[in-house]
Amino acid sequence: MESAAIQISNINFQYAENSGVVFKDFNLNIDEGERFGLLGPNGAGKTTLMNLMTSVMQAKSGSIKLLGKEISEDKEVKKLFGFVPQHHSFYLELSPAENLEFFGAWAGLNRKEIKERTKELLAVLGLSNVADKPVSKFSGGMKNRVNLAIGVIHRPKILFLDEPTTGVDVQTRHAIVDYLKELNTTGTTLIYTSHHLAEAESLCTKVALIDEGKIIANNDLQTLLQEHKQDGLEGLFLNLTGRSYRDS
Amino acid sequence: MYKLYTAILKELRIMLRDKAALAVMFLMPVLLVVVITSIQNSSLKMINDNTVPMLVCNRDGGESSLQFIEALRKIGMFDLQKADSSLTDKQLTDSMHAHDALIAVVVPQGFSSALKSKSQNITGKALTEFGMAVNTPQDSSSVKETPPVSMFYNPVLQESFRLSVNGALKSAQQFTENRAVLQALYLAMSNKKLPDSLEQQILNNKSNINQIPTAKDGSRKIPNATQHNVPAWTIFAMFFIVVSLSTNVVKEKISGSFIRLKTLPTSFILNLAAKQITYIVVTLAQVVVIFSLGIFLFPHIALPKLVLPENLGSLFLVSLVCGWCAVSYGVLIGVYAKSMEQAIGFGAVSVVILAAIGGIVVPSFAMPESLHLLMKISPLHWCMEAYNTLFLENGYFNNVLFSLLPIFIIIVAMQLAAVAGLKKQRLI
Repeated sequence: MESAAIQISNINFQYAENSGVVFKDFNLNIDEGERFGLLGPNGAGKTTLMNLMTSVMQAKSGSIKLLGKEISEDKEVKKLFGFVPQHHSFYLELSPAENLEFFGAWAGLNRKEIKERTKELLAVLGLSNVADKPVSKFSGGMKNRVNLAIGVIHRPKILFLDEPTTGVDVQTRHAIVDYLKELNTTGTTLIYTSHHLAEAESLCTKVALIDEGKIIANNDLQTLLQEHKQDGLEGLFLNLTGRSYRDS
Repeated sequence: MYKLYTAILKELRIMLRDKAALAVMFLMPVLLVVVITSIQNSSLKMINDNTVPMLVCNRDGGESSLQFIEALRKIGMFDLQKADSSLTDKQLTDSMHAHDALIAVVVPQGFSSALKSKSQNITGKALTEFGMAVNTPQDSSSVKETPPVSMFYNPVLQESFRLSVNGALKSAQQFTENRAVLQALYLAMSNKKLPDSLEQQILNNKSNINQIPTAKDGSRKIPNATQHNVPAWTIFAMFFIVVSLSTNVVKEKISGSFIRLKTLPTSFILNLAAKQITYIVVTLAQVVVIFSLGIFLFPHIALPKLVLPENLGSLFLVSLVCGWCAVSYGVLIGVYAKSMEQAIGFGAVSVVILAAIGGIVVPSFAMPESLHLLMKISPLHWCMEAYNTLFLENGYFNNVLFSLLPIFIIIVAMQLAAVAGLKKQRLI
């Protein structure tokens, strides 16, 4: 039996302002080594759930465990995962190498490890020739690759990706997806959200559809498609979440 | 330690690549210090070293009026320029503008005769007291009242200076009256005119007044525009870094870097500490740059050289605490501002206001009474007090403690408010 990378048990969460998504006795298990897609319409609660799993926000009650350890302010638990936020959450004034130096140190790596990892990641993500140029001058796709490199610099066992390919060209999207698949083969569990369903179909081995803070489907992608008699993720998505606007 | 090092390095790199912020932090205060010290120095020179142009309109023309004008000239404060005695008050004030005179004095008609009458009356009374027969009028009702001398002044003249001019006029008038009484008394007693030599001995036998600026260590340094302005505008420069620091904090919040840092196995407080250490070093660099200008550049541009206090340890401590206070304020604004525009606007305007009420622009003793309480809530006021203790009074460590204590309280309050703000925004 595969062990759980993430175990969410009976969590309850509501924003203080009494607005937005509400989680009531929410449960979810994600196995180690999965490429797990967390999909849903706008406002479904994907980003909130990701923030809860990465300790950016705290649930009112319930438990979230990463590789069997309760998520908390504990430094050791935080070393287990990496986070690639939707926005370019790094320093545009700095070069990719300088950003990796700072975030690498803060992720717990020493000077030598950072140097080696920086060289390796910049090469894999095609940023070696701009390693020392300020990121502010980069295209959207290059910035996304820097964002990804920062998230994986400390070789996390679980990687959370919040729409990692938003606003990038086809080439960059493919490069990122290929890199993520390769990373998964080394044992990294991927938790991924996106509105790009074709991309999710290509990347994910398992998906959960979430809507209004509830899981409405959760299984292997192929099983789900067969169960709902759909030949693609987009059809399945519309079948389960409907066609009405969610953000108006 | 390595994490702190990389965080400080990150802050330094970001700061050094922002040329506009560097200009605001270093170029602007340098310009301010040079320009304001030059202006104040020339104002002080005008008052201290130069004579003030004064128009004199003598509508009397008698002997006492001439003696009064001579007494004014001897005071040495004024560059006397004679105005036509037939001028009306309106023509005289117009003439003031034409002559660049800030003051005009009118000796009224009847000044000499009234003074003569008054002196004869006093002489008669004095001789009667001595039991000597006199033929001078003693009836007070027949004595003419001396018509007042009028002083016209340009409204730009500061009140303190106007009062000192008024004092000088009174002194000259008193001198003229004393002289007239003395001459009348001598004439009545001896039937002879008072000899000039005796008159000089009696009237000019004034004892001098020593003027000594005091300092805490007993030394006698004379304050000047440099000693006042260099520390004052250094404090202003330190606090103006809130513009750069608060936008730096807001940028990290908006970009999501704060959120990302929260997911990393390092305390977020370390990031705030790195920011504060970096910017405190910047404020100390500002102190070094601006003080160096005062010491090395000012003597070459005809400004008084900055004389550092002898207690350099206390100077470092005061600069460090003032810098930390400025940095705390920057962090506080950054935490609560929702956009960079808010941080820049509020940061810049609030520092100018705090400088104004804190005695940076106008010395605190010259502030209206109603602002004195407000002044005490400005951290810049306490920083200014601490520097004044060192620069003007050559104070010791225990003398600056009185000013440092309120700064510490303000720092602690701002740090706690910043942490509360970050917690409320779920950033820590």
